[in-house]
Amino acid sequence: MIEIGLGHYLTLGAVIFSIGVIGIFLNRKNIIVILMSIELILLAVNINLVSFSIYLGDLTGQVFTLFILTVAAAEAAIGLAIIVVYYRNAGTIRVEEIDKLKG
Amino acid sequence: MVAHAIFFYVFSIIAVISAIMVTVSKNTVHSVFFLILDFISISCLFIMIGAEFLGMIMLIVYVGAVAVLFLFVVMMLNVAQQKNQWFNSESTTSSHIPVGLIISTIIFFELIIVVGGWKYKPELSDQNTTQISNEISNTHSLGQVLYTDYIHIFQISGMILLIAMIGAIVLTFRRREGVKTQSYLKQISRERSEGIEVLEVQSNKGVKIDD
Repeated sequence: MIEIGLGHYLTLGAVIFSIGVIGIFLNRKNIIVILMSIELILLAVNINLVSFSIYLGDLTGQVFTLFILTVAAAEAAIGLAIIVVYYRNAGTIRVEEIDKLKG
Repeated sequence: MVAHAIFFYVFSIIAVISAIMVTVSKNTVHSVFFLILDFISISCLFIMIGAEFLGMIMLIVYVGAVAVLFLFVVMMLNVAQQKNQWFNSESTTSSHIPVGLIISTIIFFELIIVVGGWKYKPELSDQNTTQISNEISNTHSLGQVLYTDYIHIFQISGMILLIAMIGAIVLTFRRREGVKTQSYLKQISRERSEGIEVLEVQSNKGVKIDD
């Protein structure tokens, strides 16, 4: 319990990943919160990569965390732009009312 | 060692609680604030475990840029109308809530199994490609690797950022009707012949000016 090892960090990553997945599935309000849940999932992946990198003594994990940061920033920008355009056209971003594609 | 444990538990409990609050809070602005708190505590963890550069980059990129972007969009769109209704299944299509709970529980237990399972393959840790050395700092060693071994991926990530910027501008750009703007090209290319017109004014009739 006192000795903090790799398992603790991986458990933290797993918990945050699961919370992100729950946030995607259970969301009934606007779609921005779904984007935030995706950010949480990417954060959990970053935790896993960094803790493996530190505990195995390998720098590659940190390099890939840097690239995940880049992709997450690009994804947030594009997603928010799509949301703004959709709100301009449809007037709502509620998840239930976004059913134009009848999926 | 005890201090490490105490700080780990403090930061991780804050991170988990704020992650839960991101998904359940009624106000979207509060969700963004809890997201910021989550990022800050995770970057504190990164700094604590020895990845200082990534912790600082997380602070700059996520808290400084992405979260502020979220805040801008939340305040631009009128989310006060789209109030949260948690588990408020007035519609009949609420069957995905138990499915979502089951799937995320399964994912959680799979990840927990992985936590125990990686120990059974100890030869994984021998396949080091880039050792972390203790003589130079974290930022120094990342820079040495990033600009040599991973230079192509680095360039490609720059291209991804450029394309994302162009895509966001193209998506949100619109030409509005009825806005009076100044066009330099029109002003410069104006000729004297289209600017003025010489009329022969007849008496008792006046001049009719077209508009």
